[in-house]
Amino acid sequence: MDNQNLIPTKASVMDDLQEVRAMIRRHKRKDILFALVGLLALMFALLTLLTLFIDLVMDGYPRFNTEFLSEFPSRRAAHAGLLSAWVGSLLVMLVTFLTAVPMGVAAGLYLEEYAPKNWFSDLIEINVANLAGVPSIVYGLLALGLFVYGLDFGQSILTAGLTLGLLILPIIIVSTREAIRAIPTAIREAAYAVGATKWQVVKDHVLKYSQGGILTGVIIGMARALGETAPIITIGALTFIAFLPPSPIGTEAPFVNFEWLSSGFTVLPIQMFNWLSRPDHAFHINAAATGAIIILVTLLMNGTAIWLRYKIRKNIKW
Amino acid sequence: MVSTLQGNLRQMDQATHVVKAESRNLNFYYSNGAHALKGINMPLYENKITALIGPSGCGKSTFLRCFNRMHDLYPGNRYDGQIVMHPDNTNILADGVDPIEVRMRISMVFQKPNPFPKSIYENVAYGLRVRGGKNKKVIDDKVEHALRGAALWDEVKDRLDDLAFNLSGGQQQRLCIARALATDPEIMLFDEPTSALDPIATASIEELMTELRNKLTILVVTHNMQQAARVSDYTAYMYLGDLVEFSKTDDIFIKPKDKRTEDYITGRIG
Repeated sequence: MDNQNLIPTKASVMDDLQEVRAMIRRHKRKDILFALVGLLALMFALLTLLTLFIDLVMDGYPRFNTEFLSEFPSRRAAHAGLLSAWVGSLLVMLVTFLTAVPMGVAAGLYLEEYAPKNWFSDLIEINVANLAGVPSIVYGLLALGLFVYGLDFGQSILTAGLTLGLLILPIIIVSTREAIRAIPTAIREAAYAVGATKWQVVKDHVLKYSQGGILTGVIIGMARALGETAPIITIGALTFIAFLPPSPIGTEAPFVNFEWLSSGFTVLPIQMFNWLSRPDHAFHINAAATGAIIILVTLLMNGTAIWLRYKIRKNIKW
Repeated sequence: MVSTLQGNLRQMDQATHVVKAESRNLNFYYSNGAHALKGINMPLYENKITALIGPSGCGKSTFLRCFNRMHDLYPGNRYDGQIVMHPDNTNILADGVDPIEVRMRISMVFQKPNPFPKSIYENVAYGLRVRGGKNKKVIDDKVEHALRGAALWDEVKDRLDDLAFNLSGGQQQRLCIARALATDPEIMLFDEPTSALDPIATASIEELMTELRNKLTILVVTHNMQQAARVSDYTAYMYLGDLVEFSKTDDIFIKPKDKRTEDYITGRIG
């Protein structure tokens, strides 16, 4: 009798095993269920975007040719092109890049490395996070008051670039701070321990090792700026432009000029909006083609961000 | 009790041992108010290895990190007392002394190997670059010298431009020693340098430390008593922020004077 209790029989082991297997099966069902829910959520987001993109491509298909990129807008839909819009977008992006990136990176660096940690820096932190959520039209109104009238920059490329720069500043600040925070304390301490000053640590280590993350934030911010419409409308971008701004690069010394900054302009989403609001269906084809191009460029930019991050991170293992 | 003991020791060793640095009534407070070091008086003898042992949280790493003012990197930490370096008699904790100046004289090797994500060469050269070194020939020579000093040269001489992360853990730690060595420090601090390494790598680091002793003064924190017994000339036992006992390593392990030291060494507490 005692023996039976001490030494399990084959039958009782099998029973226990059956029970354990049934339990594992039950638990695994939940595993699969959750994976399915996740997959569905992902599919919903992806399929929506894909449908939208395919729809735009199918609608805009007739306009995918070089003339579409090399012609000015026109009263005749079939001859209307994107030239002034993509050049405008490019120049506005240039201003945005040149202002937002140095300012955002410097601000992020300062907040993370130099600023004392107290209630005031907490307040700034909350505000920066909040800025990222401010509706873009509010930036447009601010820019209208500050840049267009206050500083008298007019309805120019400069104004648009600065406005979008402000808009993406929080994105760049936040991604800079996150990239910096990912650097382990041990690496910082190692640099300080050999006698480096704060600036040497920042310049030789912090900036170097966080550049992948910063770059990602910059590109994602720029992609956001490319598609922004509301603030640009608010500051008064023109919707029909049949000229190009003066070229930034001249043929004679000093080879650069800044007249383009004060030029009127239009950008891709404005051009799309303009065509879309026309009754003539032929223009809707142009709008669809423009939309497809904006999405494609945005996808390319984000893809580049992911690729760059991968390439830079490859050499850094913490 | 402890301070008279040290007084005796100092007299006893004066003929053979030069004091390189000494902490005088050193107290340390973390920003949260924790009183981590309580009136530590202790000498570091030149060209000797001094080991700090004690249970976790006893303040041994805190004490070590006072020597290169690492605590200054974090706001709110406070020192009280002195660490005086000889022969110049500088109190390196004084307000007027720049922590960077201190770190130029006292270098440190950390618990986990922490090479920069740069090449092997650049890791060793960084201390020299920070000091404004520009001459390639001079830096080349010093990098080679430091790598030889860290017993790593033969293993890496053909791949100085490889990333430091591609080295094994033991090699990485020797690279960190080379980095600390390249700037000719007077004192080198080791904060549990082998706790992340396997026994073979540990043996090579220990051997290296005993060789380095000829060139500089070493202070090493270790949680491994056998290691303290193997490598150090002097041992300090710390407990709850107090320096309980300081004496020659042979003495402390064979006939500890304090009951608490004995309990720790014999494994009754830990």
